[in-house]
Amino acid sequence: MNTEKPYRRRDLLGIRELAASDIIGILDTAENFREISNREVKKVPALRGKTVINLFFESSTRTRTSFELAAKRLSADAVNISVSSSSLSKGETLLDTAANLDAMAPDCIVVRHSSAGVPHRLAKVSRAAIVNAGDGANEHPTQALLDAMTIREHKGQIDGLSVAIIGDIVHSRVARSNIHLLTKLGATVRVAGPRTLVPKDFSFLIRDQELASGKRPLEVCDHVEDAIRDADVVMILRIQRERQDSAYFPSLREYSIHYGLTNERLDLARRDAIVLHPGPMNRGIEIASDVADSSRSLILDQVKYGVAVRMAVLYLATGGNFTSG
Amino acid sequence: MAADLNLVEKSRVMDASAMNRALRRLATEIVEKNNGAENLYLVGIRRRGVPIAERLRDKIEALENIKPLFGILDITLYRDDLSTVGANPVVNRTELDDDVDGKKIILVDDVLYTGRTIRAALDQLMDFGRPKKVQLAVLIDRGVEHRELPIQADFIGKYIPTKQNEIIKVMLKEFDETEAVGIYHRPNE
Repeated sequence: MNTEKPYRRRDLLGIRELAASDIIGILDTAENFREISNREVKKVPALRGKTVINLFFESSTRTRTSFELAAKRLSADAVNISVSSSSLSKGETLLDTAANLDAMAPDCIVVRHSSAGVPHRLAKVSRAAIVNAGDGANEHPTQALLDAMTIREHKGQIDGLSVAIIGDIVHSRVARSNIHLLTKLGATVRVAGPRTLVPKDFSFLIRDQELASGKRPLEVCDHVEDAIRDADVVMILRIQRERQDSAYFPSLREYSIHYGLTNERLDLARRDAIVLHPGPMNRGIEIASDVADSSRSLILDQVKYGVAVRMAVLYLATGGNFTSG
Repeated sequence: MAADLNLVEKSRVMDASAMNRALRRLATEIVEKNNGAENLYLVGIRRRGVPIAERLRDKIEALENIKPLFGILDITLYRDDLSTVGANPVVNRTELDDDVDGKKIILVDDVLYTGRTIRAALDQLMDFGRPKKVQLAVLIDRGVEHRELPIQADFIGKYIPTKQNEIIKVMLKEFDETEAVGIYHRPNE
C-alpha cells in the first residue's frame, strides 16, 4: 500500500497528542462554526468535493449523527459504514478494510472501535486524515472538545477551574480525554467513583503537566462529596449497565445511593456550578432526574456544540488552519 | 503579514482626511440612491471592510437619524481557492444578527480587485435569506480590467487604475499605525 501522506492531512487521534495551543486553536475555530447551524441554509461550501467516511465498529447514534451532520453542513460527502454491514463481520482484517477504503480516496476517515489504538494504526497506513471518534477505553477527543466548549461558554475560560468527574473512570475514554484536556488548560480535576472503577495510578495520564507546573492537577477522592465540594463543573459519566454483571459494584441501586448526582450533593459545589453528562444518561442512576432537567444541566448544549466542534475538526483535518502565516 | 515588510511605497493616494471625505460622500450617495436609510443593512467583509462599514453606518445615522442595521461576513468558507491553496485559511466569525429577508443590503469592502471576494460574500449572504436588493460600496476600485467576474461596485470612494504587480494598501487605525491608502510594489519589480 502506498503510505505516502499528502501534505495537508492532519489526524486527530487524541487530546494526549495535542499541545494546549492546539486545543485552544480548535476551540476558537469551533466557536466560529457555531453560527452556521442557526442559518436558514445550514450549509457552507468549504469541503465541497471532499469525502468523509464514518467507520463505526461500535454502535453509536449521537456521535455518528453529529459527525455526519458536521460533514454535511460543510458540503462534504459523508458515507457511513457500520460494523454489521461491513466486511469485518465477514472476516476481513482491519488493515485490509483500511486499504480498501483508501483505494476509494476519502479525504477523512472518522473511526470508532472497541479497541484502543485502532485510529493510530489506521493513521499509519491510510492516506486520509484520521479522526478518532472513540477507541476502546483510550480516548474520545471530540467529546472532550465539546465539553470544553460548553465550559468555556459558561465559565469564560478553563484555566483555574475545579472540575469533578464522577463515575466509571477506568473504562471511560470520555474521562481520559477530559482529564488530558482540562489539566493541559490549567484546570484542577478531582475524580471519584467506586474504587473498582477508579485507577490506582494516574501518573501515566498527567506526568507531563505535573512536572511542568510542580503542582498536582489531578486528585482521586474516596467520597463523591469530596470531589464535588466547591467544584465549578460536575461531569457525570454514564454507568455502562452491561458492566453490572462484572461485579464492579453490587447493584445499580447501590451505585445510585453512593455515587448518583442528587440536588443535595450538587449543593456542595459552587452556586454557579454547571453539570455535564456525555449521554446517553441513565436517569435515577448516575444522575437524578430533577438534576438532569435543571437549568444547571447543560446536556443539550453539549450536543449542540458537538456539531460545531466536529465541523472545526473536519475542516482542520482536511487542511484548515487556526493560525495565519 | 510578514511579506509587507518588503513592500516599497510608490505613492500615497489618500490620507486620513481624504478618506473621511470620501466616506462622507459615499454615505450621502447611499442615502440618496436608497431614498433614505429605511431598511438599510450595512454588511462589512472581514477584515478591512468592517471598520469602513462601521464608519459609513455612523455617517448615515448622522445624516438621517436612523441607525442602519449592521453585520459582518467572514467569507473564508466560501472562497473558491480552498482546494488550491496550501493550507485552508483561518475561519473567523460571521455576525448577521438581524434577518436579511427583505432588507437593502450594502456590502462594504476596502478594495475591489478581481471580484472573487464579492462573489463569495454574495453566495454567503444568500444562505442567510433573501434580501430585497444588494449593493456594493468600496473605498477603492482598482479598475474593471482586473475583474475576473462580472461584478461592479455601486458606490466607489476612489477609482485608482493600477497595474497587476502593484499592491493597494488600505491602512485603518483599527489595524495599522496610520490612516491612509498607498500604492506599493515589491522591491525587485
